[in-house]
Amino acid sequence: MNVLVYLIPAALLLGGIGLAAFVWSLRSGQYDDLDGAAMRILDDESDKAPPPPRPTSTTTPKA
Amino acid sequence: MPACCPEPLILPPDEGASGAGGLDRWVREVEPGRSRLEALVPGVHCAACITRIEDSLRAFPAVISARVNLSTRRVVVEWLSGKAAPEDLVAAIASLGYEVRPWLPAAEADAQRSEGRALLTALAVAGFAAANIMLLSVSVWSGAEGATRDLFHWISALIALPAVAFAGRPFFASASRALSRGHLNMDVPISLAVILATAMSLYETMQSGADAYFDAAVTLLFFLLVGRYLDHMMRARARSAVTGLLALNATGATVIDALGARSFVPAGQLRPGMEILIAAGERIAADGAVVDGTSDVDRAALTGEPLPEVVKPGSDVHAGTLNLSGPLKVRVGAAGDDTLMADIVRMMEAAEAGRGRYVTLAERMARAYAPSVHILAGLTFLGWLLITGDGHAAVLAAISVLIITCPCALGLAVPAVQVVASGVLFRRGILLKDGTALERLAGIDRVVFDKTGTLTRGTPSLIPPVAAATRDLELALGLAQRSRHVLARKLAAWATGRGIVAAAFDSVDERPGEGLEGKIQGARIRLGSRAFCGVDADAGDDDSERSEVWLARDRKPILRFAFADEARNDAAAVVAIFADAGMQPEIMSGDREAPVAALAARLGIKAFRSGWLPAAKATYVEALEEGGHHVLMVGDGINDAPALGAAHVSMAPASGADIGQAAADLVFTGENLSPVVLAWRLAKAAERVIRQNFGLAIAYNLVAVPIAISGHASPLIAAIAMSSSSLLVTANALRLRLLAPREARP
Repeated sequence: MNVLVYLIPAALLLGGIGLAAFVWSLRSGQYDDLDGAAMRILDDESDKAPPPPRPTSTTTPKA
Repeated sequence: MPACCPEPLILPPDEGASGAGGLDRWVREVEPGRSRLEALVPGVHCAACITRIEDSLRAFPAVISARVNLSTRRVVVEWLSGKAAPEDLVAAIASLGYEVRPWLPAAEADAQRSEGRALLTALAVAGFAAANIMLLSVSVWSGAEGATRDLFHWISALIALPAVAFAGRPFFASASRALSRGHLNMDVPISLAVILATAMSLYETMQSGADAYFDAAVTLLFFLLVGRYLDHMMRARARSAVTGLLALNATGATVIDALGARSFVPAGQLRPGMEILIAAGERIAADGAVVDGTSDVDRAALTGEPLPEVVKPGSDVHAGTLNLSGPLKVRVGAAGDDTLMADIVRMMEAAEAGRGRYVTLAERMARAYAPSVHILAGLTFLGWLLITGDGHAAVLAAISVLIITCPCALGLAVPAVQVVASGVLFRRGILLKDGTALERLAGIDRVVFDKTGTLTRGTPSLIPPVAAATRDLELALGLAQRSRHVLARKLAAWATGRGIVAAAFDSVDERPGEGLEGKIQGARIRLGSRAFCGVDADAGDDDSERSEVWLARDRKPILRFAFADEARNDAAAVVAIFADAGMQPEIMSGDREAPVAALAARLGIKAFRSGWLPAAKATYVEALEEGGHHVLMVGDGINDAPALGAAHVSMAPASGADIGQAAADLVFTGENLSPVVLAWRLAKAAERVIRQNFGLAIAYNLVAVPIAISGHASPLIAAIAMSSSSLLVTANALRLRLLAPREARP
């Protein structure tokens, strides 16, 4: 039965990783637009590399 | 571009959603130098729509990101503050042919979204804990003993305690709210059962006892959270159908002061006596009288009637109506909360308040259920104490009664059915705005219809002229293209569809309230009213109920186009179905008697009322309700809104006025009236399934409670009983999906 000492923590750890992954995906908005995600695969444009990000406010805030 | 997407159009600058400026109040600065605008785009529905809209926005150099959300039909665009005008961004989308409504996420909507996420997180934690504890429990049930069992119990406790504390919060909070107000709700027995089961199991674990109910407590939470989340999804879907419907009131108007200077004033700051300018295509922001100018005003938002009304100096105009053809100068008579529109909204709110809060079947069940469960557990405890004198066994038995009777199946029974039903309706273009609406719809015994826009299409359709020369049609199309008048648009659409090529006019002049005049090769062609085209007042008067447009060359009439507001294709069939069901369908209209009577006769409706004002409609519906009837009101216009609010349950077509949709419980899309029947049948099927589910839950309790009272509810039995009853009601709810196609047939 000594093997349980490894197996149970291992099972919990794996389950915990799954849980953490789910909570992360939920927080980061992966489920916000389920219909849109299904449609976007039909869009040829998104197969190409995304355009380089445009400069945002971080460059030179003129405040 | 797929044929389903709207055609790009060149919009007059005033016809976007922007109105006259004033978009700034929709813009939020999310971080310094980064502005965000959210807008509702109801027309977006496919991959091409997403790409077109996002590309059109990304074409602006200042735009940082543009993202369309297809589920919520919203677009979020962010740009470098001050480097792009929100009006231009909105105009870019509008020029693709989409309707755009700027939309400010209400604090309420944000709160709801975070509530949904919190529920899902709790659900995930409960699911994780339930799976792992169940794994350990199965080993215990299959014979783990001594130190191994204790170890498993301790690990279960380590998982269960934080999981219960985290995932149980929605129930504990609701229970403590109810208790602090002196009520009992379903969450009180739930919280008691979960907390007591956990506490007792912990005690058992410390004593190296045989029975721990950690798995029961956590599985219970898991199933109940599923029900809670379904319920939340249902309400969120309902809410998103309404949000933003009322966003597009006129935002303001251009005011001319005594010196002739012009300035833009928000609608809320308009005062009686001010003079405002309303350009063609603009929505009127206040009630008042026309001082200068002649135009056609589209009053559909207010009355539901499709034909514009001619206004000239001295005519009254109302806030919310749309100025179609010429600029108007209006002296404000009433603004803000004093307008006719605001009056009707107040009437609607009063009617809704009068309807009172509907007590759902589930709430009625809960009121009886919670006390009886507590009494039963208390009696079990006393019984065991008196008979055996063993306090420990008595507590165990009482707690197992609480666990077994916990309304797991009840908590799932209703939300599962509602989510399945609203999903079925949603796929058929019917939006359910209120979860209790289905239950109310199942109980109706009277149906009242509005006429224009509900039984009829609400837009006049052209009766194709017989024997028209192609040249004449080319001339008519050339003129009709230039106007926003609804009849001209219908004529243009029909002629374009027939492959007619518009004649090229040298000049075209629109005379508000009369028609259009154009010059071509020296001839003066007119398209417009009878008098404008030089037709005798009573020529061709065989069907005076219809609207008409004449075509004339040099004041000699050559062609007549007649329009009729036709009944929806299946209106008669729908009316007959309700009549057969004994619902005594009626028509209630603001229109004149002759057309109402004609339509009633054609559809086989005996009772009709014509010329009724909004208040009369609402009073009539209220009287029916007080007479013990449950009325389904189907209507579309603002004039129906108070009656929609007063009825037991109400439906509105999506083509109707925004405010009618806001007042209705269900909104249906499409050309047909059959969704009304479909929704009613599905509501009745859903009601049957809900009652079956209650029956199943009660039957389960009848079997399980005696076992618990007699002290034989071991953790294994509790786990099996609870899971199987929950699965059973969920499966029964899903049956509705199979049932739906059968119920849908008209």
